[in-house]
Amino acid sequence: MAEAQNIPVGSTTAGQIAVAAESTVATRMSAPASFDVADFPVPHGREEEWRFTPLERLRGLHDGTAAATGDGVKVDIDAPEGVVVETVGRDDARIGRAGAPVDRVAAQAYSAFEKAGVLTVPKETVLTEPIRIAVHGEGGTAYAHQVVELGAFAEAVVVIDHTGDAVLAANVDYVLGDGAKLTVVSVQDWDDKAVHVGQHNALVGRDATFKSFVVTFGGDLVRLHPRVAYAGPGGEAELFGLYFTDQGQHQEHRLLVDHNIPHCKSNVVYKGALQGDDAHAVWIGDVLIEAAAEGTDTYEMNRNLVLTDGARVDSVPNLEIETGEIVGAGHASATGRFDDEQLFYLMARGIPEIDARRLVVRGFFAELVQQIGVADIEERLIAKIEEELEASVG
Amino acid sequence: MATLEIRDLHVTVEADNATKEILKGVDLTVKQGETHAIMGPNGSGKSTLAYSLAGHPKYTITGGTVTLDGEDVLEMSVDERARAGLFLAMQYPVEVPGVSVSNFLRTSATAVRGEAPKLRHWVKEVRETMERLNMDPSFAERNVNEGFSGGEKKRHEILQLELLKPKIAILDETDSGLDVDALRVVSEGVNRVRETGEVGTLLITHYTRILRYIKPDHVHVFAGGRIAESGGAELADKLEAEGYEAYTKGGASE
Repeated sequence: MAEAQNIPVGSTTAGQIAVAAESTVATRMSAPASFDVADFPVPHGREEEWRFTPLERLRGLHDGTAAATGDGVKVDIDAPEGVVVETVGRDDARIGRAGAPVDRVAAQAYSAFEKAGVLTVPKETVLTEPIRIAVHGEGGTAYAHQVVELGAFAEAVVVIDHTGDAVLAANVDYVLGDGAKLTVVSVQDWDDKAVHVGQHNALVGRDATFKSFVVTFGGDLVRLHPRVAYAGPGGEAELFGLYFTDQGQHQEHRLLVDHNIPHCKSNVVYKGALQGDDAHAVWIGDVLIEAAAEGTDTYEMNRNLVLTDGARVDSVPNLEIETGEIVGAGHASATGRFDDEQLFYLMARGIPEIDARRLVVRGFFAELVQQIGVADIEERLIAKIEEELEASVG
Repeated sequence: MATLEIRDLHVTVEADNATKEILKGVDLTVKQGETHAIMGPNGSGKSTLAYSLAGHPKYTITGGTVTLDGEDVLEMSVDERARAGLFLAMQYPVEVPGVSVSNFLRTSATAVRGEAPKLRHWVKEVRETMERLNMDPSFAERNVNEGFSGGEKKRHEILQLELLKPKIAILDETDSGLDVDALRVVSEGVNRVRETGEVGTLLITHYTRILRYIKPDHVHVFAGGRIAESGGAELADKLEAEGYEAYTKGGASE
């Protein structure tokens, strides 16, 4: 069921399906997951999990030299009635339940934050308005931790909006009780200089549904690890991502779906557009189907659209299957480019160049944007895409 | 009456680090309502003429003029030429992933007509035109040229021709790769547009087969980068019988 195709325009695409006893997802990491930064050696850049990342642009997040400053980020939470909003100390038992840090920077964030935010949607509480978390960079360096917990059968939409300029290492835990439904939209709309590294762990309860949109436009360097594991059978995870990587930007999304429990589903779709010199997008899609996870149904896909010369995509889907008793498993990755012939064709039908690019990019992203279901976010994304395109043509 | 005038057109292309002259002084006048067939052997420069008129960036105009109703076509960008009334049905239409045929057609019609067509009329117009071209309605939801068969691509080109109603239509080997049924359907589409009397047609072809369906007023033999001979429909019969040999002898085959 694998499909991997590639049009080599400054891009690499590699894909594999491994059916093996030895987990390559695990062996590809240079250290086992840990909450303690001391358990991770300082990366030198040749490790598998760091080889695509320009370490010199991490501003010291990876080697312990980035001290938190008072003016890191300002966080404003707008939560509808029924949500419990707390700020808690490091020893709160709810922190870290959804998963441990898997690399040095995530562990650094975990070791360095002073207070964590905890948002709780009590059981059977169904929110009709989104919870909004505005994270605004104030120019400094910050470490942070946020927990979002849904009780059994609770339903919520959470929008985390990152703007401004900061050097931020922050982890987020999503813990979904049985039958809960959580949609998360994380928007990285940073200013040009911002650096943002984080791990998003979701623990999906029995019959619970987790839907995630990771939308990355801004920043000098953004590197996120969206990860999912299951706490009971019947869980479903949909991980959608959209990125628009401009000149000089490094945007990296490293996903893991760990099918550790039988009869769970996952669907991963990430799409990115790139333009400009040294625009670099990295997508790593790891799906692990553990021996116990019979009845798993999973699919992952990454599509990239290269709009100009000089941009680079590294796309690596990776599927490991330890049991054959599954419903389905597949992956696909493709990188195509919007080329001069396509532009000529559209322009030869009277369509001006800017409109031609808009048509292609809108079409490319449309199916993802429409699924977000939060109107103001959808509108903002479309406006943002337009803005990026105007900048490229103008 | 719209008139396309090509005078002493010279065109070069860069290939293998060398500049090569493909068109060596083309003279041709196409008026609204007329149909001109341009016939010639492979490599004679027929397609170069078509793409140069449409403004493909690969080709460099080194001499001559092209005007449409007195306006300098060569000064116009590709999209401006289309909006001015030039249409090129391409031999190899490219795939545009992520853009549906319906979205593409509407965007194009909006650009060429200068305003968005009224939705209800537009939907009907597209549906009826597609029916006449034996195109399934589901076609509109597919991505432009993606996974289209050769025949579907050509029908899609003619669908655009019918909807955009250009002043001058250049059909670049629209007949190539079509079976007889598809050739008939496509030709009927071209004829519907011609019958309006509002389009000048430049039909570029290697074979005489399509001329059984689309009757030209003028036939030009293209060889060595220019028009070698012009005549009426009877010239096509001569080519059918004798081939292009008379025009390609002597090694002047570019």
